[in-house]
Amino acid sequence: MPILDHLWIILALPLAGAAINGLLGKNWPKVAINSVGIGSVSLSFLSVLEAIREFSLLPADQLAFFKNYFNWIVAGSFKVDFALQMDHLTIVMLLVVTFVSLLVHIYSTGYMAHEEGYYRFFAYMNLFVFFMLTLVLAANIVLMFVGWEGVGLCSYLLIGFWFLKQSAINAGKKAFITTRIGDFGFTIGILLLFWTFSSVDFGTIFAKAANMPSESATQAGVLTWICLLLFAGAIGKSAQLPLYVWLPDAMEGPTPVSALIHAATMVTAGVYMVARMHPLFSRAPIAMFVVALVGAVTAFYAATIALVQTDIKKVLAYSTVSQLGYMFLGCGVGAYAAGIFHLMTHAFFKGLLFLAAGSVIHAMGGEQDMRLMGGLRKQIPATYWTMFIATLAIAGIPGFAGFFSKDEILDAAGSGPHANITLWLLGLAAAGLTSFYMFRLIFLTFFGKPRFDEHEVHVHESPRNMTVPLMILAFLSIVGGWFAAPHLLGKTDYFEAFLHPVFSAYGVQSGIEQGASLAGAAGEAGGISPSPAMELLHALTGPPVILAIVGLLIAWWFYIRRPEAPKKLAERVHGLYTLLLNKYYVDEIYAILFVRPFLWISTNVLWHVVDERVIDGTVNGVAEVARDAGGQARELQSGNARSYATWVVIGALGFTVLMLGFWGMVR
Amino acid sequence: MTPLAILCSWQAIRENVKGFFIALLVIETAMIGVFVSLDLLLFFFFWELTLIPMYFLIGIWGHDRRIYAAVKFILYTMFGSILMLVAILWLYNLAGTFDVPDIQAKLQTGLVLLPSHTELLLFGAFFLAFAIKVPLFPLHTWLPDAHTEAPTAGSVILAGVMLKLGTYGMLRFCLPLFPDAAHRMAPYIGVLAIIGIVYGAMVATVQTDLKRLVAYTSVSHLGFVVLGIFAFSTISIQGAIFQMLSHGVSTGALFLGVGMLYDRRHTFEIKEFGGLVNPMPVLMSFFLFIALSSLALPPLNGFIGEFLILIGTFQGHHAWAAWAASGAVLSAIYLLWAYQRVGFGEVTVEKNRTLPDASGRERLILATMAVAIIFMGVASPIFTRRMEVSTNNLLHQMERVQNVSRPATPEPAGKQSVISPGPRKNASVTKISLRHVQP
Repeated sequence: MPILDHLWIILALPLAGAAINGLLGKNWPKVAINSVGIGSVSLSFLSVLEAIREFSLLPADQLAFFKNYFNWIVAGSFKVDFALQMDHLTIVMLLVVTFVSLLVHIYSTGYMAHEEGYYRFFAYMNLFVFFMLTLVLAANIVLMFVGWEGVGLCSYLLIGFWFLKQSAINAGKKAFITTRIGDFGFTIGILLLFWTFSSVDFGTIFAKAANMPSESATQAGVLTWICLLLFAGAIGKSAQLPLYVWLPDAMEGPTPVSALIHAATMVTAGVYMVARMHPLFSRAPIAMFVVALVGAVTAFYAATIALVQTDIKKVLAYSTVSQLGYMFLGCGVGAYAAGIFHLMTHAFFKGLLFLAAGSVIHAMGGEQDMRLMGGLRKQIPATYWTMFIATLAIAGIPGFAGFFSKDEILDAAGSGPHANITLWLLGLAAAGLTSFYMFRLIFLTFFGKPRFDEHEVHVHESPRNMTVPLMILAFLSIVGGWFAAPHLLGKTDYFEAFLHPVFSAYGVQSGIEQGASLAGAAGEAGGISPSPAMELLHALTGPPVILAIVGLLIAWWFYIRRPEAPKKLAERVHGLYTLLLNKYYVDEIYAILFVRPFLWISTNVLWHVVDERVIDGTVNGVAEVARDAGGQARELQSGNARSYATWVVIGALGFTVLMLGFWGMVR
Repeated sequence: MTPLAILCSWQAIRENVKGFFIALLVIETAMIGVFVSLDLLLFFFFWELTLIPMYFLIGIWGHDRRIYAAVKFILYTMFGSILMLVAILWLYNLAGTFDVPDIQAKLQTGLVLLPSHTELLLFGAFFLAFAIKVPLFPLHTWLPDAHTEAPTAGSVILAGVMLKLGTYGMLRFCLPLFPDAAHRMAPYIGVLAIIGIVYGAMVATVQTDLKRLVAYTSVSHLGFVVLGIFAFSTISIQGAIFQMLSHGVSTGALFLGVGMLYDRRHTFEIKEFGGLVNPMPVLMSFFLFIALSSLALPPLNGFIGEFLILIGTFQGHHAWAAWAASGAVLSAIYLLWAYQRVGFGEVTVEKNRTLPDASGRERLILATMAVAIIFMGVASPIFTRRMEVSTNNLLHQMERVQNVSRPATPEPAGKQSVISPGPRKNASVTKISLRHVQP
């Protein structure tokens, strides 16, 4: 078991890459930087493959492979180990992270080719991969938190990569601070976790939790509190309401960063965390409901903002927020496997969308405004086709990856054991909106007449090292969902079956068993179970598919058939349009509610009043009193013999009186 | 820290170099003296001895308002010291010795019994002296002035070691000698510590002077240490000790960095900087790294201390830990914002365009700090294992004293006859002390 016993190698490779490039790479040629940067990630990917092979040789009843390397923190009864573990959930995440990272690294050699600080970029990217893998492989929550904070740091550094640009720096800072607000909850969640279970190891916690009864749906117990606090961290990291505001701004970073960190991997960390902690969440119905609610509302809310954005990357950013909402909706209704499945397919198609958008921007010489594009279809065909496939995938057109995963989530929300019709409707509506804004993006960018000056902008297809990753991801955006194809026929979905050991381990009923028991119950009750053909027909003509097609048609009507129509509509519903265009003014509201009062109180109350007036005033006041008293006392020592004599007499008299009085008291 | 302080003053100090280094070395002697003395009088002697050279460091080699800062510094701390001296003499009268283990043993075995209000007074006197040194809110206002006006070496020593004299004193004297009083006062002290954490961070956010900003972060970080100590759990006290070390490294390093900027521009005004990453990438990279350690990014050193304190505190006081945890959000705000204004963006002041990057000497200093930051973060058990014994010992001492002296506590305060069954000498001493107590 060469790799499985040394799982740390998977982490160490990108870390070494980051260190080498970061410390030494400054004056290196690009070839050297590339081979270190890409080499480390591809070796890491190969190690993951080998580790999976070795994992598959383990006895089937072994749930997870666990390895403890050294004690990291020891104090009293509190102990944190540097310990890694691998199970089926980890495998999915490892594959997604290393593979998408590898593609994005390759893509970056083209996209970032003319940038200054090339070595810095690759060092940060490698560092990011290191922290992300730490997050995924960690066998206890504190080590997971290390990865969690570390990816936040890399996100900060990469958003602000162009550090001369004020907006980029502000965006980086906003991202870090906003996620830290969520991490405030996460930290307290860890404290409560340790307080409750006296351990931070996943294995120990889950084993203990397995013996705890499920909490009631009306009163919050300790598990509910733990889950809600941890989920606060996920809200920050995965950009959900109300802490999503950093993600759209994060688009200031280079596009490969948006693809890798702000679409495929880091932002999904919250979903992974919820899935990882499922033994706790499954026993906390209130927390589950909150997860599902936040997910569904965010999915819908962000989709409405995406409808009117004009910046190609901003559309994709709000789309990411919305899709992350789907994942949480899936987890919240107990369909963890579906949530993780959507995480994976989303990594493919959204990563692809961002990379393709980057290719468009590259072709347009840096332009991001879709109103100034148009007709690019012929000039950059590779980008167009791959992006079109990704759009079909995200819109949920049958046969493409997104269709399968979104369908499973909506299925669980609509008819699963934790079904909730309101949330299902929200998710459904968001599906229609998604289809509309994505096809709007495609039509505006690639169809119609060019709306830019063709003499100034020389549209050109991107080099191979950029288009090949696009094609690979396009392939995955098609076939990536087929694992779940049997689901359409009412049979076991391979992806869910793969994750089944993880999600059934701690006494929580998994989707399959529930499905089976439900089907059984239905069969007994109705006498007939639906035939596979009926199931397939049902899935292919279900409401999500209809809405996706309606969205497509409306987009086609507005942006191809009647290009003047959107403007008219915008004028007709001017108020709504402005509200959406300004993203519901949330940034402005936050500034008024939180940022400005915070600064004002800090400056004008705490610093200038409390510190300078009250405390220092008192201190200096005491000093002044002492000085004044001293000054008056000094007057006494005037050098005048007569006054000294007077004082001597007064003193003697006073002393006598005092002595007499004292004697009297003693007697 | 002292070699680094000397190294960083290599070029910054131009006048009266001999005097400067004499003062620095005297401080080092005195600080070591404080940490190793187990005799109250000797302890007090060294304690006071740290003040005088620091007074000169600030007063002679400091910046514009140095005289004000130096006087404020010395009067503030003297005020606390005087009370401590009274308390030390009082203890001597009671126990007949200055020897700390001896006093400790006598208190523990009940040879000398402290009436609870006396214990409270003694505790208060010691605690006040230490709290000023730490500094605990609301006794912190000398610190920003002292730091801002002190030369870099002075700030480094002040932040790196001297503030810890206060928290060290709490651990060494306040807790084991007066456990009952410590327990009684803990709720108030905990709240003050939390106010310090949040307040220091908020005020730090809006500072316009870089060095003052770092000074206020000390108020915030030391609040964590005090909180950890007065949460009385093994974990939190170990965390507090760790945080003492780690704050010394991180904040010391921050001051070193700020000093390097000052050497170049002779100002601390944040708006005088901006865009410094371009002219000096190496220096600013180190600066960012140090800032990250200070804002408790795992797995760097700052995280370990803060997290242990939080975990330990949470065991007994949920609300305290929750409030303190907000310090992590705030530290991200003030440090990143400050760093952004100093390092990122276009160069706004023309002079900054040509500033030289870190020299070999400066790289050596910063690299040493960076290695220490990583090492303390990754290999923390090396430190915490060594603290384990003394922490348990400390808590043990507190427990035993409590058990023995508890019968004495409910007795009416004021005039009671404390008869200790010890040797005659002690009995007489106790009598003398009684005369002291009675009005």
